[in-house]
Amino acid sequence: MKDVALEWVIDMKIPRLEVKELTTKYITRFQENIYAVDHVSLKVEDGKSLGIAGESGCGKSTLALSLMGYYFPPLHYTSGEIIIDGRNISGMDPDDVRKSILGTEIAYIPQSAMNALNPTQKIINFIEDVVQAHDPYKTKKEVHDLARSSFETLGLPAEVLQKYPVELSGGMKQRTVIAVSVILSPKVLIADEPSSALDVTSQKMVIKMLKNLMENGFIKSMIFITHELPLLYNVTDDIMVMYAGQIVEKATAKEAVFDPLHPYAKGLMGSIIVPESGLRNTKLTAIPGVPPNLKNPPSGCHFADRCKYVMPECKVTSVGLREIFGGRAYRCILSEGELREVYSKEAYQNAR
Amino acid sequence: MPDETSVCLRTSGLTKVFGAGRQKCVAVDHVDMELCEGGVVSIVGESGSGKTTLAKMLLGLINPTEGDIYFQGKKRDIRTQKKKQEYWRNIQAIFQDPYCSYNMFNKIDAVLLDCIHMRGGRKLPRAKKTEMMAEACSFVNLKFEELTNKYPFELSGGQMQRLMIARIFLLKPKILLADEPTSMIDACSRATILDMLMQLRNEIGMTVIFITHDIGLAYYVSDVVYIMEHGKFVESGCADDVILHPKATYTRRLISDVPKIHEVWDLSTV
Repeated sequence: MKDVALEWVIDMKIPRLEVKELTTKYITRFQENIYAVDHVSLKVEDGKSLGIAGESGCGKSTLALSLMGYYFPPLHYTSGEIIIDGRNISGMDPDDVRKSILGTEIAYIPQSAMNALNPTQKIINFIEDVVQAHDPYKTKKEVHDLARSSFETLGLPAEVLQKYPVELSGGMKQRTVIAVSVILSPKVLIADEPSSALDVTSQKMVIKMLKNLMENGFIKSMIFITHELPLLYNVTDDIMVMYAGQIVEKATAKEAVFDPLHPYAKGLMGSIIVPESGLRNTKLTAIPGVPPNLKNPPSGCHFADRCKYVMPECKVTSVGLREIFGGRAYRCILSEGELREVYSKEAYQNAR
Repeated sequence: MPDETSVCLRTSGLTKVFGAGRQKCVAVDHVDMELCEGGVVSIVGESGSGKTTLAKMLLGLINPTEGDIYFQGKKRDIRTQKKKQEYWRNIQAIFQDPYCSYNMFNKIDAVLLDCIHMRGGRKLPRAKKTEMMAEACSFVNLKFEELTNKYPFELSGGQMQRLMIARIFLLKPKILLADEPTSMIDACSRATILDMLMQLRNEIGMTVIFITHDIGLAYYVSDVVYIMEHGKFVESGCADDVILHPKATYTRRLISDVPKIHEVWDLSTV
């Protein structure tokens, strides 16, 4: 009895993946520093999924690479901590990370998963390589059995194993990549735009597969990166909005979509298109301008140049992430009450 | 039924067959569609349903196997290069991939200058041409002074797609064929591009054919929606009717596959 209680306490205390104030940079060939991930903190607990949203170039994919500890030039680790299962991996050699962390602790589905398979190898041979890279003493037969049973439980046909990647359709290729990435039973899965190259039906299949992975306990938690907000809303429990390397909003999926606080998050929610009855009456709002060049980032708020509600002090004072009730956080100079007031005033004017 | 004068493009029994014998593949199968002047029409379907093949036939890039295309009441005749060019003055396109829509050896001002020349502005004074190009660029929120000495590949995907709209602004075609113009662009810039397209359409009063796999997008922009499955239209009609009260099972499936925010997204139906 006692042990169970203790385990429960430990489970509650240690999140599966915790990142504290992680900062990473790209160094260009002119020795300029570009801080693509800027003091990002996040926590993923067991059974939870976290979504990361933001426009292209805001550092979503860099964040994914950074929190796996996968640093290869021009990407460099600067400061902060990455703790997986109570083990600090920040500052570890990328080769060691690849051998002991990737695949077994964290798995990654890259953005171009369609090209992630080796075109000259059958899927089964590819899986052999993957498994034997982590455990060279596994025999071929063991690997084959593992692959077959894993594919069966994930609902993929076993014939796929004997095929070359070119023989598979896009959606099937993507699901194969997911199946291969979870074959070593990782705890955390990072999916970086796994469905953005697929049509809606294949997308649904991929999402269903990812959800099944979570529900059946193949993976403990998931980080899902995409710019499609309706998708994120349906897949994840929490949503983090990134802008220019920083987190600007952190909330549950429902709050982030229906009640965003940060002006950028608000603008992003205004660009949602879903085939529902109210759509044709709403006007899409686009955010004018482009993200700042992070080579010489603005001294104040990074979003100040594009913000509708910009004030003179925004451009000089840099703001930290403000934590409010219920684990919500946002990065703005205005308080929650002031922001809500601004939004309701605007809504009132629009209605008139 | 729209009267004959307002229909600017009409197809009857348009068919395209690739290959022959056992390799035969009917990409577009006896398609009849009508395009009213000034309207926005969407063609929605999954990948492989023949949307792009239909678009290419409408553009005159490939010849139909069977069937006719009527342009402004007359049968379209593009048998010679000269007639083809004449036809392309009336119909223009924006393609899915902005990265391979440009001639990469031409600088941006050459791209835009070509458009002015195509509209018969070859003899205009240089200052006037520059003014026109600057106007087109400012319409799509680009700065012409920054672009003049650049090549298209130096721009981002969203900027390239906007430059494509600037081209259309200069060309002022009667019909614009937009083949998945926003599928390679993230959700935020998508709203910008759609807004610009619709604004441009109101300004020069052109007809837009919108080809997309995103049924939400089709619903947002268009008056009339055609749903395409395996080269055939399975459903067509006013956007509100088709999207909110779909009849064909295929349409229902397409709509149910798109993630929603106000309704429940049912994952069990795959």
